[in-house]
Order: sequence, then C-alpha cells, then structure tokens
Amino acid sequence: MIEIEGLTKRFGPVTAVAGLSLKVGKGEVLGFLGPNGAGKSTTMKMITGYLAADEGKVKVCGHDIETDTTAAQAAIGYLPEGAPAYGDMTARHFLGFIAEVRGFKGAGAKARIAAAVEKTELAPVLDQTIETLSKGFKRRVGLAQAILHDPPVLIMDEPTDGLDPNQKHSVRSLIRGMAPQKAIIVSTHLLEEVEAICTRAIIIDRGAIVADGTPAELLARSRYHNAVTLMLPKDDAEKAFGRLKALPGVSGVERVAGADGGVQLTVFPKSGALLIETVSGLATRENWKVKELYAEPGRLDEVFRAITTSDAARAKAARK
Amino acid sequence: MKHLLPIFKREFAAYFATPLAYVFIVIFLFAMGAFTFYVGHFYDNGIADLSVFFAYHPWLYLFLVPAIAMRLWADERRTGTVELLLTLPIPLWATVVGKFLAAWAFTGIALALTFPIWVTVNILGSPDNGVILASYIGSFLVAGSYLAIGACISATTNNQVIAFVVSVIVCFLFTVSGTPIVLEVFRGWAPLPLTDAISSFSFVTHFNAITAGVLDLRDLVFFLSLMALFLAANVVVVDLKKSGG
Repeated sequence: MIEIEGLTKRFGPVTAVAGLSLKVGKGEVLGFLGPNGAGKSTTMKMITGYLAADEGKVKVCGHDIETDTTAAQAAIGYLPEGAPAYGDMTARHFLGFIAEVRGFKGAGAKARIAAAVEKTELAPVLDQTIETLSKGFKRRVGLAQAILHDPPVLIMDEPTDGLDPNQKHSVRSLIRGMAPQKAIIVSTHLLEEVEAICTRAIIIDRGAIVADGTPAELLARSRYHNAVTLMLPKDDAEKAFGRLKALPGVSGVERVAGADGGVQLTVFPKSGALLIETVSGLATRENWKVKELYAEPGRLDEVFRAITTSDAARAKAARK
Repeated sequence: MKHLLPIFKREFAAYFATPLAYVFIVIFLFAMGAFTFYVGHFYDNGIADLSVFFAYHPWLYLFLVPAIAMRLWADERRTGTVELLLTLPIPLWATVVGKFLAAWAFTGIALALTFPIWVTVNILGSPDNGVILASYIGSFLVAGSYLAIGACISATTNNQVIAFVVSVIVCFLFTVSGTPIVLEVFRGWAPLPLTDAISSFSFVTHFNAITAGVLDLRDLVFFLSLMALFLAANVVVVDLKKSGG
C-alpha cells in the first residue's frame, strides 16, 4: 500500500534522505528507527506530501503523492512530529474541522468523531482548548485526528513521545488493534516499542536503510543473541569464570560486578550455538549458588549502536 | 468549494477564539474616528459626505491589514500546524483562497461596523448614498488587496514580525506609487509609459476614482486582478517551500 522508490531529499549541502526504497503492505506495522537526524521525519514528510522529494517516487494506495496529491493524502492518516494542532480550538471543534475536511457531514461526522474519541480516550477533555491540554492529551488529539477517517495507511511520527507508561500502553494496544487492516509506519526512539508493536523494523542512518527485518531478526544480529547471563556470589564466580570459558561452543565470558556483592557473568556463544542447557547443567553439577540464570534474546539497543553512527560523525559525513 | 468552506470557517472562527478580533475592531474603529474627526475635521467641513472618512482608509489599512495578514501563514509555520494543514486532502489553492477569504470577511465586518458614521451623516444632511456605497466597496477592495499582498509575504517566513514589516513596506510602495514624490523620481528620466504604469499601480489613484462616485470597471478589475495575482503567488510560494524545506 505504500511504495517508495529511490527517495532522495537534500537540504542545501546536507543529504537528509539518500535513495530510500521501501514497500509496506497491509497488516504490516513498520518501525522506523534511527538516531536523531537520520532522516526519519523527512521521509515521513515526503510520504505525506508535506515536502517534495528531490528524486524518487512515493505511491500511496496506487496514488502518486506528487501528481495525485489529494487522493493519496485522503488515504493517509498522519500524526506529524510533535502532534501539532490549533491551540485556540477545543478538541471537539478541532476534530469537527478535520472531519469536515475529510468529507464527513452531520451524523456521519459525529459518529467518526465519537469513535476516534473513544479509541484515544479523549472524552474528558473534549471541550477544553487544545493549548490548555497536557502533553499526553495533546498527543492523543493528534492521534484521534489521524485515525478519524479510518485510513488504510497510517503514518505516525513518534506517537508515544511524551506519554506516561499507562498512556504508552494504551496507544500501543490501539496501534496493534488497528494493524491487521492497515499499513502503518511508526517512527520511534524507543526500542522496546519496536518489540511491542512492530512486525518489521527498519533502521535508517544518514538517510539510508542499514537494517531491515522483523524485530526477532534484528535481535539475532545482536552479540547478545542466545548469550547466557548468570548471577553468582563472588567466590563462585571466580571458579565459574574459568569453567564457563572452557565449555564447548563458548566464544567468551564477560564479568560485571552486580548488586549486593554478586557478580554477573555473561557467556557468549560461538555462532549458532545454544548454551543455556550446558550452562545450567554445569551450574547444577558444580552446586553454584545461582541467583539468576537466563538466556538473552538479544539487545536491540546494542544492534542499534553497532550499525548507526554518532550524530557528530553523521553531520560531518552528510556535508561531504 | 467543498474544500474551501471548512478552511474558511475554521479561519474565520479563529479570529474570534482569541482577543485578536476584538482588539483589532476596537483599534480600527477608534483610528477611523480619530482620523475622521480630528485630522479630517469632519464637522468643520460642514459638508454632508464621507469623503474625509474614506480618504484615510488606505493609510489606516497600511498598518492594520498587514497586522491581520502576518499571522495567516507565518503562525502556522511557527506552531507546526502547517504540516497538518498541507497534508490534509485539500487542494493548495483552496487552502490559500479559504484563508484569504476568511481574513477579508473579517476586515469586512470591521468596515461594516463603521456604519454609525453613515447614519450620522444621513441625520445631519442628505449625502449621496450611492457615492458612499461605492466608497465602501472601494475601501473593501483596497483592504482585500493589502491582505492578498500580506498573505503572500506571510507565506515566505515563519516570523510574524518580518511578515508585518515587509508587508507594510510593499503595501506602502503600492499606496504611494501615484503620488507626486514618487512620480517626480521617475519623470526626469523614465519614458512616459513607465511613469504612467507606475502611477497606475497606485491604490490611492484607483481608490480616489471610486470614492469620487464612479465605480469604473477598470478600477474593479485592477483591484481584483491584483488580488488574484498575489493569491497565485501565494500558492507558488507555499509550493516552493515544499521543495525548499
């Protein structure tokens, strides 16, 4: 439903997006990851027709955003960065305006607004002006606006930014609930969000895709994938360190001082090796006083750091 | 039309959602009164017409209309709502025209609220109400022209102060281009057709022709085409900003 081909955007000497190509189909929730300034928001702005691309094409439900702009925009629900809304309007009037622009009238408009309000739990603040709302409610007004016309394509720039954990949870269930009928792109800094809602994750850096896969596939790229971590008292840890290192399939062991005098050991596998059973077997046989023992699924933040660059390096490279 | 209406309604309501509308209307009416009675010596003239009242309109609009126009686009850019507005399925021209019409309708209301002076002059004497009606139309057209210029300039920046200052300057040039001071500068060296062309761009020249009581089609066409020109430029500016970022 979203087709992007060779999308490029330059701001003066800086290339913000460099030849990005991408397809998102129905039922997919695509997580857009990347450091600040990697080109996430710029890409979303081009998909929704706010910015014109220097090169490349964007098609939304078959409509070209450049030549068939309003038809493409009608198929999109968009939550821009920071969830902008007219501060002097009440939430009710604002959603009424959006409904009218989207072509709903009378009872139809009312039903749409009511549904969006219910999904985003906005009812208590409907008659307050938007500028008086808390950050969480403002963000949800933006969400309500985006989902009001039940669009086949949803583009959301950091939908849970500024929300408290409860609100994050309800927004994530909302997105998950809508996912089967829509193509959704969500940008985020929160790696746990990708694991919670995305069926596919893309990491972009310097305007180009550097990783593309399911969250599980990305996790598998982590050095921590299938590593085993165990927490031991200090004297056990000394003995264990050598024994663990000598196990077949182990590429290395790392030692970190843990809380209350314990030591945390992480055992890294050689590629493809599964260590959890051998490690737990060894611990039982040796009678170590194990406080914790678990296999690591992989750490997304570590993958993220390994394949993206620091912002200083990026700014330098972008100017070349 | 179905796209234009929601934009118009939202923009128009926005004036009254904040004190802006009331402050503007009060200042507008107060300034109109002050100029008419103190500067124009309305009573001392002893003539039952509104020519002194209308004579100051272009000069008042010069500052008041850019104050209305400056926020049209600059404010949307500053708050980020422009991103929302331009990603809604509305053709760009409808957004531009809807915003402009809302602002123009608002100045129309301010202008209509000057009606007590029309009532006054009708009680005191028997003025030519046809001339007064033509003058009101002319005044409304001048306001619309300033607005179209201001809206276009507002679209180029996210800073309202810059939008205001530049609009005042551009509107000032359009206003004074028919006065002897400006024309003298050109008369010495420029060919006559150029001098005439510059003179014909003057709002005051066209406005004075209308307030004299002659609603000439040429003056109407001048103001309407000027508005159309600047609204088209407004569309182009907004569109260019899309690629410029």
